[in-house]
Amino acid sequence: MAANLRALRRRIRSTRSTKKIFSAQELIAGARIVRAQARVQASKPYAREITRVLSALASSASLDHPLLTERQDARRAGVLVITSDRGFAGSYNVNVLRRTEELLSLLRQEGKEPVLYVVGRKGETYYSFRNRAVAETFTGFSEQPSYPDAQRVGEQLIAAFTAGEDDDEGGAGADGILGVDELHIVYTEFRSLLAQIPVAKRMAPLEVEEVEEFDYEREDRETGAGAGTGDSGVPTSYEFEPSPDALLDALLPKYVTTRIFAAMLESAASESASRRRAMKSASDNAEELAKNLSRQANQARQAEITQEISEIVGGADALVSAGADD
Amino acid sequence: MATLHVELVAVERMIWSGEASMVVARTTEGELGVLPGHAPLLGQLADGGVVTVRTVEGEDMVVAAHGGFLSVTDRGVSILAETAEISSEIDVERAREALRRAEDAGDDPDALAAAKRAQSRLRAAGQDA
Repeated sequence: MAANLRALRRRIRSTRSTKKIFSAQELIAGARIVRAQARVQASKPYAREITRVLSALASSASLDHPLLTERQDARRAGVLVITSDRGFAGSYNVNVLRRTEELLSLLRQEGKEPVLYVVGRKGETYYSFRNRAVAETFTGFSEQPSYPDAQRVGEQLIAAFTAGEDDDEGGAGADGILGVDELHIVYTEFRSLLAQIPVAKRMAPLEVEEVEEFDYEREDRETGAGAGTGDSGVPTSYEFEPSPDALLDALLPKYVTTRIFAAMLESAASESASRRRAMKSASDNAEELAKNLSRQANQARQAEITQEISEIVGGADALVSAGADD
Repeated sequence: MATLHVELVAVERMIWSGEASMVVARTTEGELGVLPGHAPLLGQLADGGVVTVRTVEGEDMVVAAHGGFLSVTDRGVSILAETAEISSEIDVERAREALRRAEDAGDDPDALAAAKRAQSRLRAAGQDA
């Protein structure tokens, strides 16, 4: 009986201390969301400007840049998956990885061999546990990605994509490097604090329509000015320094990197939001558990006292009746 | 007087925006000055170069911009850079240190790029590189 009570008390203590860890994690994640959201916002002006510049260029330069042209019989597709470095984030990683599996099977159906690039330790262990080949992993920055991180990832992907240009049926082409013919990205979009949705997008070849769908046109309408088009609807003729094609060469890789960076920032915000939610329910559960356990402990304590009393009373009764016999 | 609306945007944040009377930049083709009413232009900024923005108050703001583009439209000028620093925020000692380190590191592409960045920071801060 006493042993049972002691065991209960021990469990209450441990539940309380784990709860402290959960609520600390919850608070940290909460603070991180705010910061991550601010960074998403702060990166928007650049994304907007580069999109605008690119759209202006797209109407002037010849669009046969490798990053823009669809390749006939694409055989290998690079897939960049953005996961988190740490767990404790509820279904965040599971969702991204599930979305990735969907994309991979779709690619296989189309006869393309997927090549995986993974950001985040969770994704890394997921694939290494399943003995799946991964071309490259990048870890250590999932919660607070910086632009140089995105650059590192972007360089790798663009290099693989460029190397894939001359690949043929038998494998690597003239350069001897097996590259990829398409680039996809799977990340978690931050819709709101409650909804984070894993999405898969194609990064390369870029579609020019995709470039134009950004909100700069709406903005033009709102401000009543036209950046890309004059009043007559004729595109403004730009001067280019250096030539449009050279500019496009320099700009497109940066654009891809910007998109990777944006995806990383969104994912970071989503990760923190997921973690906060998971930690909130974990600490609520711990609280509940501790409450139930202390009820049980109280009951056990009561039962123990009752038993002691009845033992004493029984003993006293026995003594009294023994004395009466004397 | 007509003014230029200038936006200086780095990847991680908008660094500065405001009215200016002139912008001087160096593209890969050469030095370039932009006054209000300039024809639409897209240019790639030269590595290691600086951009000078003369604000309407007549002050010169010197910016070290790396990996950047310059876009002039009828609405104004935007300077896009991977990283950009305004001269007043530049730590000269650190830039010197970075330059020294980069030069010691030999001539792999990363070190060369780092050296360029350090040089442009120093130049923006008004030091010779």
